[in-house]
Amino acid sequence: MSFAGSDITGARGQPVKQGRSALQKTDPREFPNRIILNNPTPVPHPGRWIAVGLLCIAAMLVLWSLATNPNFHWDVVRSYLFDQQVLRGILWTLVITVMAMVVAIVAAVSLTFMRDSENPVLRFVSWLWVWLFRGTPVYTQLVFWGLLSVLYPRISVTVPFGPQLFSLETIDVFTPGVSAVLGLGFNEAAYLAEIFRAGFRSVDSGQKEAAKSIGMGKTMTMFRIILPQAMRMIIPPTGNETIGMLKTTSLVLAVPFAFDLTFATNTIANRLYLPIPLLIVSGLWYLAITSILMVGQHFLEQHFGKGVDVAAIHQE
Amino acid sequence: MDAIFNPADDAPECVRIKGVHKFFGAVHVLRGIDLSIRRGEVCVVIGPSGSGKSTLLRCINQLEGISAGRIYLNGELIGYREANGRLNSLPEAKIAVQRRSTGMVFQRFNLFPHKTAVENVMEGPLKVKKTPRAEAIRRASELLERVGLADRANYYPTQLSGGQQQRVAIARAMAMEPNILLFDEPTSALDPELVGEVLDVIRGLAKTGITMMVVTHEIGFAREVGNHLVFMDGGMILEEGPPAEVIAAPKNARTQSFLAKVL
Ligand SMILES: Nc1ncnc2c1ncn2[C@@H]1O[C@H](COP(=O)(O)OP(=O)(O)O)[C@@H](O)[C@H]1O
Ligand SMILES: [Mg+2]
Repeated sequence: MSFAGSDITGARGQPVKQGRSALQKTDPREFPNRIILNNPTPVPHPGRWIAVGLLCIAAMLVLWSLATNPNFHWDVVRSYLFDQQVLRGILWTLVITVMAMVVAIVAAVSLTFMRDSENPVLRFVSWLWVWLFRGTPVYTQLVFWGLLSVLYPRISVTVPFGPQLFSLETIDVFTPGVSAVLGLGFNEAAYLAEIFRAGFRSVDSGQKEAAKSIGMGKTMTMFRIILPQAMRMIIPPTGNETIGMLKTTSLVLAVPFAFDLTFATNTIANRLYLPIPLLIVSGLWYLAITSILMVGQHFLEQHFGKGVDVAAIHQE
Repeated sequence: MDAIFNPADDAPECVRIKGVHKFFGAVHVLRGIDLSIRRGEVCVVIGPSGSGKSTLLRCINQLEGISAGRIYLNGELIGYREANGRLNSLPEAKIAVQRRSTGMVFQRFNLFPHKTAVENVMEGPLKVKKTPRAEAIRRASELLERVGLADRANYYPTQLSGGQQQRVAIARAMAMEPNILLFDEPTSALDPELVGEVLDVIRGLAKTGITMMVVTHEIGFAREVGNHLVFMDGGMILEEGPPAEVIAAPKNARTQSFLAKVL
């Protein structure tokens, strides 16, 4: 790296900054004369500048209307942004999102293993699950879960030809909250299962053999070798699904579950006869949470990208 | 030949393969293999592509099950329990234990990409053998030093050249202290200028008296390092013996024409 800056100069005579790549380790003695770099005039891009201009004008128009159109009722937005009912709605939305995703991940992992199992019955059940839950609207499913207590008023577990072990009112078990979580979670599992399966398939089969060859059992191979590598493929789409889930919770009124963020802002809007500012309130909150999720996703991706996303920076 | 460890003629048997056949569906890939490898021997396997060399190694390492015959490692039947003339398949967990006594080096290295070189080497001792962490790190560093990569311990596989990756893979296989090391064309995926460094490491191991079975296309290397050469074709062992003799004067016509092509 002892390449003297004066040996290479730009067209205007200033020394050119040297990178640290091995390819640039040229012996200066081979270059007794100064090298004049070509520095050609770049190709003009007039279209780019026109597009920038048009977008600036559009942005200004939007900002202007946001600031001056009284129908936005920014004062209402401000006074309800941190309203008790809204904050409680956010909490419920988060709780349902997290619990539904946990249910979905557990179910999806089971579905993934069932799908690749040697047992044809398990394979079929897994296929059936994906077919059923992916093939019907989540709204329909939520309504259905809410009506479960109409369909089966009591749940009882009975030993075949023997005594009844216990019996419960369905409505005590499948409360609106439980129905919402299960409904959203089971539906989501169908999508996650496909994502997980693709993730596991992306890991080279040589990895499994290498793990076996050092005496690892199936479970250890899965958790220490296959899963960490599959995670790299699994996390980005699963992050998208989590964000999707956050927004899908706005459908839980179908159960009917009446505490989430969308329900809270809708209730206030109906009371005030001002739907627009409260849509803005809920929209801002959904955006804020989504942004936080994206940051979390970024760090997860970094963690599981270890060894693959590293460039050759460490080398000299 | 002087530098190479030569096992005594009465050295105990490390691997015994008896009448092994392997079918993939209807494809008859191994057609009656009988082979005995003594402890301390370097057995080199040569033969045309598709002759079943990899399959034989994979059967010894139980990455594939066999269709007929028996394989014994240090006198122990592998893959089955034999009682009253009946064979019972061993459960996966027991097979995993048996696999610890064989180390495998793959053509395509198969290093764990999410682990550094030293983590690759210590993974087996740490997680499978439950060696204490400090001890596992110490042993792994020693092994990396032995394959000449002490200064690359904290590099990820993507940051290493093919030759370096393969040397890490050899250290990883050694870390389990196997009774036999199996090499499946360890230099075939390497750029020509990187072949030498890997062969040097294997040559070094051969001198220490560790039992090895090496599938290779490097005939010069086979003659120099091996003390038992096996020629396979069409799923059968057609000729075996001391490498120098077989290579200089092959008896089987197929061995002759194969050697004529590769030499
Ligand atoms: N998993 C498999 N399924 C079906 N055929 C296979 C499989 N593995 C190997 N074979 C076949 O077995 C034969 C021997 O293969 P292999 O042992 O890899 O030969 P070699 O290593 O000597 O080149 C080839 O014809 C190959 O196509
Ligand atoms: Mg092969």
